[in-house]
Amino acid sequence: MLKIRDLRVAVEDKEILKGINLEVNAGEVHAIMGPNGSGKSTLAQVLAGRETYQVTSGEVLYEGKDLLKMPPEERAREGIFLAFQYPIEIPGISNSYFLKAALNAIRKHKGLEELDAMEFLTLAKQKLKIVEMDPSFLNRPVNEGFSGGEKKRNEIFQMAILEPKLAILDETDSGLDIDALKIVANGINKLRSKDNAIILVTHYQRLLNYVIPDYVHVLFDGRIIKSGGKELALELEEKGYDWIKEEVETVRS
Amino acid sequence: MSNETSTLETLTSQEYKYGFVTEIEEETVPKGLNEDIIRLISSKKKEPDFLLEWRLKAYRHWLTMKEPKWANVHYPPIDYQDIIYYAAPKRKPKWNSLEEVDPELLRTFERLGIPLEEQKRLSGVAVDAVFDSVSVATTYKEKLAELGIIFCSFSEAVQNYPDLVQRYLGSVVPYTDNFFAALNSAVFSDGSFCYIPKGVRCPMELSTYFRINASETGQFERTLIIAEEGAYVSYLEGCTAPMRDENQLHAAVVELIAHKNAEIKYSTVQNWYPGDKDGKGGIYNFVTKRGLCLGDNSKISWTQVETGSAITWKYPSVILKGDNSVGEFYSVALTNNYQQADTGTKMIHIGKNTRSTVISKGISAGHGNNTYRGLIKITKSASGARNYSQCDSLLIGDKCGAHTFPYIEVRNNSARLEHEATTSKIGEDQLFYCNQRGLSTEDAVNLIVNGYCKEVFHHLPMEFAVEAQKLLAVSLEGSVG
Repeated sequence: MLKIRDLRVAVEDKEILKGINLEVNAGEVHAIMGPNGSGKSTLAQVLAGRETYQVTSGEVLYEGKDLLKMPPEERAREGIFLAFQYPIEIPGISNSYFLKAALNAIRKHKGLEELDAMEFLTLAKQKLKIVEMDPSFLNRPVNEGFSGGEKKRNEIFQMAILEPKLAILDETDSGLDIDALKIVANGINKLRSKDNAIILVTHYQRLLNYVIPDYVHVLFDGRIIKSGGKELALELEEKGYDWIKEEVETVRS
Repeated sequence: MSNETSTLETLTSQEYKYGFVTEIEEETVPKGLNEDIIRLISSKKKEPDFLLEWRLKAYRHWLTMKEPKWANVHYPPIDYQDIIYYAAPKRKPKWNSLEEVDPELLRTFERLGIPLEEQKRLSGVAVDAVFDSVSVATTYKEKLAELGIIFCSFSEAVQNYPDLVQRYLGSVVPYTDNFFAALNSAVFSDGSFCYIPKGVRCPMELSTYFRINASETGQFERTLIIAEEGAYVSYLEGCTAPMRDENQLHAAVVELIAHKNAEIKYSTVQNWYPGDKDGKGGIYNFVTKRGLCLGDNSKISWTQVETGSAITWKYPSVILKGDNSVGEFYSVALTNNYQQADTGTKMIHIGKNTRSTVISKGISAGHGNNTYRGLIKITKSASGARNYSQCDSLLIGDKCGAHTFPYIEVRNNSARLEHEATTSKIGEDQLFYCNQRGLSTEDAVNLIVNGYCKEVFHHLPMEFAVEAQKLLAVSLEGSVG
């Protein structure tokens, strides 16, 4: 589904990603872990098409197509979803109006019929249950006045509505209390299927207790320095990142 | 991506779709302004003496006045001797029968989406169509007459209801009021007149559609609306003009009078030609609009969506004279490219327990400059007066400007006033968030702008609200790179 080859990315001449290689297939859940400033969020944003980053070399193939050539809305319509680390507020526009417009843009792209307000409402009410939110939530302006936890749940709710093929969740677990974390994890698990893939970007092992990844990658200083199975996350939790850094430095020297 | 670009190109090329010129023979008076021109206009319209006298007094007063310079707008000096003050289609329009109207004119309004033949009429809207200096047709007149409602062109009102005209003309906006009101009083050519008798609720929206066609002419129309005790009327006004490289002057006056328990709702969708991308051409829209809540418990509300004109100078106001009377002002003003707008309102509280609400939403894009200027005045007699004002500015891009000048004068300490103001910018973050959910940048801007304007659109009659949304979308095209 997604093939990243030697991806290098810079912001204002500062190189942040220094050659990322990653392959994600349908049905897989990949966790990308790493300390602050290692480039995790940059990778998520670049995949979603944020223009503030300059891709200096490498390629990204998504379902065989050159992803880096597609504008962000095209990527979204082709099934890529980014759950934002800091979801953006859009005052004056209700959640349901916004999501209906988004869903219909995607459906139109797929050649499907657009949903009318009633059809959308039925769908939305169904999906709200996944994140255990009240229908009144639909009438509130997008993310405005939401608590941190509500914003994160809203991202998962949007994902449930838009049914992406590849979901990239950027620190969706940060700032959540344990109950909210369970709800969010539960939401993610419900959307897991053999046709979809999920990339979880996270600092902590905590979320991975509830969403069990197939692969864990450690990103450090712009490179993936270690990959493994779900045990790797536990090891990291126990020992921190330093031992890997040391390991890598030994190998390098 | 190529698909996206081509849609964008199609959209931007249709920017101002009302820019065509109607090929029709027009009768004009010579360029320039003097007493003879005023006499000529007045005699063409076969006006009674009182009106000619009033025009001449206004003209003489105008000569003593200076063009106002306090507004936050910039334009080269206007040569008032280089303007044609009267232009009318040659085949004289007849008041009561559409068959006698030049078919070319009917086609013009058809192209503008204003069908004048009643069988094809806008559902539930009666229209008075003003073409350059004259009203060419008014629909639904007979039906309204059954209820005693008078809805006709101003010229016709002068002929048929001179007493009403004489009694109310200039009673809210005297010719001494300001430079452009004085000019209008001297040379006004036509406009709409509307009278709702006591206790009558006008069953349909009344509307005037203004069209400038002739070149080098100014349009000076006058609208007078009177709602007698307990009457209600909702009135709409729309305007367009051809695309021309020169600037054209539009200086109108609107006067509203609401007697006891009466309500007047006045909505405007102003889409005069705004000039091209480089700021060449466009209409100078210098307008005086004022309502008088004369009786107790009366209510006047102004709703305006201003997207057109090179320069807008306009402050629809309410004088709250009757006790418990209510004034409202809801405004969306958009400036794109090199457009300038200095607009707002005045709420003058005189009666007891009078209330006013001001909601102003300014949107600036391109090199546009948007100014809100508003006065809330609470006089000594206005015990218990209340005002709530909210002025929001939205910036799109970094070459535009937004300014807010609220003036507050309070002479009665029982008054309660609240003023809120915000400035926000459509951020890269918001656009990226929308893009990431599958929306194009153009759609994202429209979505955000419509969300921002919702409070105002909400006050427009249904079909106008839809129009206004579309109009904003068209006016914003090309505003984001």
